[in-house]
Amino acid sequence: MKPRPVAGVLLRQFYLLRGSPVRSLPLFAWVAIDIVVWGFITRYLNSMSAGRFNYIPSLLGAVLMWDFFTRIMQGVSTAFLEDVWSRNFLNLFAAPLTLGEYITGLVITSIATSTVGLIVMLVLAMTVFGLSFFALGIVLIPFLLTLFCFGIALGILASALVLRLGPASEWLVWPLPALLSPFVGVFYPLSTLPRWMQAVGHLLPPAYVFQGMRAVLAHRPFSATSLAAGGAIALLDIVLAGYFFARVFRHAVRTGLLARYSAESTG
Amino acid sequence: MPLCSRYAAAAFTHAGASRTELRPGTRRRQTLQPGSTVQSPHLNSVAPAAGPTADRVLRVTNLGKHYPGVLAVDRISFAVRRREVVGLLGPNGAGKTTTINMILGVLSPSTGSIRIAGIDLARQRARALAQANFSAVYATLPGNLTVAQNLRFFGLVYNVPRLRARVATLLEEFDLQALQHTKCGVLSSGEQTRVALAKAMLNHPSLLLLDEPTASLDPAAARTIRARIRALAANNSCGILWTSHNMYEVEEVCDRVLFLSRGRILLAGDPRQLPRLHGVATLEELFIRLAREPLSVHAEHAG
Repeated sequence: MKPRPVAGVLLRQFYLLRGSPVRSLPLFAWVAIDIVVWGFITRYLNSMSAGRFNYIPSLLGAVLMWDFFTRIMQGVSTAFLEDVWSRNFLNLFAAPLTLGEYITGLVITSIATSTVGLIVMLVLAMTVFGLSFFALGIVLIPFLLTLFCFGIALGILASALVLRLGPASEWLVWPLPALLSPFVGVFYPLSTLPRWMQAVGHLLPPAYVFQGMRAVLAHRPFSATSLAAGGAIALLDIVLAGYFFARVFRHAVRTGLLARYSAESTG
Repeated sequence: MPLCSRYAAAAFTHAGASRTELRPGTRRRQTLQPGSTVQSPHLNSVAPAAGPTADRVLRVTNLGKHYPGVLAVDRISFAVRRREVVGLLGPNGAGKTTTINMILGVLSPSTGSIRIAGIDLARQRARALAQANFSAVYATLPGNLTVAQNLRFFGLVYNVPRLRARVATLLEEFDLQALQHTKCGVLSSGEQTRVALAKAMLNHPSLLLLDEPTASLDPAAARTIRARIRALAANNSCGILWTSHNMYEVEEVCDRVLFLSRGRILLAGDPRQLPRLHGVATLEELFIRLAREPLSVHAEHAG
């Protein structure tokens, strides 16, 4: 893998963001709104509970982590969609750019853009609503890494779906995190769910993260093995998503879909 | 009438196969014309002009593409040498763009092989594509980036060394300095063509593929672009595969043409000699005749 083609993919996204404030806004605007809304909700709930339970770490912390995951996933898929919108596939893939270099470029773009979102969320949640995010301690690192890996996997999967089904399937990409959220127990334990939903939840790495987070906050025993399982599933998901993308790409090259990929031709 | 082209040994297709209907088991016939100076032992193939093999920047062998029920390209073979401009001609749906897409690696062939500067595209895709570049009217550069940004972006993708200097040179060569900070989406067709050609020259390609590079240009701009492309072939030692529907332009620019019809090479040779050899006044007349009645041309030569 050559670093310069990867840098090219990254530079292109940087140019787009620099050249259009409208593109920069979603990096932090929606997550900031989320933090503000949930910040006030938790503040209200805290006032109702009269100090018996602090909702800020469990609710606001969960929102922050979920939004981080969503931003990672959308960071990959939005960078990919830029090439869909500008019909750039022919230019890109007729160049000596490997699939690995292209996807790596998308992932690094996502890291850069979601870091901006994470910083904005942290500043808002900590300064305005008093969230002690780092009180979770060292486990924050595996928590965020697991969410990061699964976000990357889902972003690659979403991109592959758009490549396979055409630009019109873009609408499928955006609600994917919302579709998963009931199963992963962002705000409630998995045991709350019916059995079949719990089974699905156990296949999703964020479920392990949010279970772990609640255990740490409640000073209950925390299962490192369980979190490791979540991390392993997330890594496996990246491999599977990459494999799926490669297969879809090969199909697109074989059938001519890649060569004629445009909003008109693939509807 | 003998087909006495300087380069070509043309072969002619089977009568029964059409682009929309692929009949299994159909057989091809080959007609090698007496007087052809270079003859290929392969059906539907055009042997390259004499010269060292190392001079071949593109070697296409038995290249074919079929979709269910559709034969888009039928085992064609040809080569392009350095400093040579080869025109790939044919009516709409003849298989020109399909052929170019296969050479660009964005469409996988059903049969055959492609070597760019001696490198097998199927086995070493990135290495082979590093030796090529292209410009096509239907593959515009991202309109939301400026001219300079596009050149820097693609320069990195093509791993161009000393990129800053290369971009500066190309901006100057293609008279783009004044437009370097303009977004490509707001450029005129002629300006976009110049940017696309500048991008196509970023990596000093051995093989340049130009799919209708002067389409939508006014005559003056088209003339300038043609002169520039001829100069590129001569000065940069690259081979050019060019598609166009403008026969005047083909005569002016191309050293050699390949006529495609229904996915097969029907005729090949010097565009300035072919009309006379086929008893018509102009290349355009020959094109129209081939497009309308490819089988009559076949019969003429077979007889």
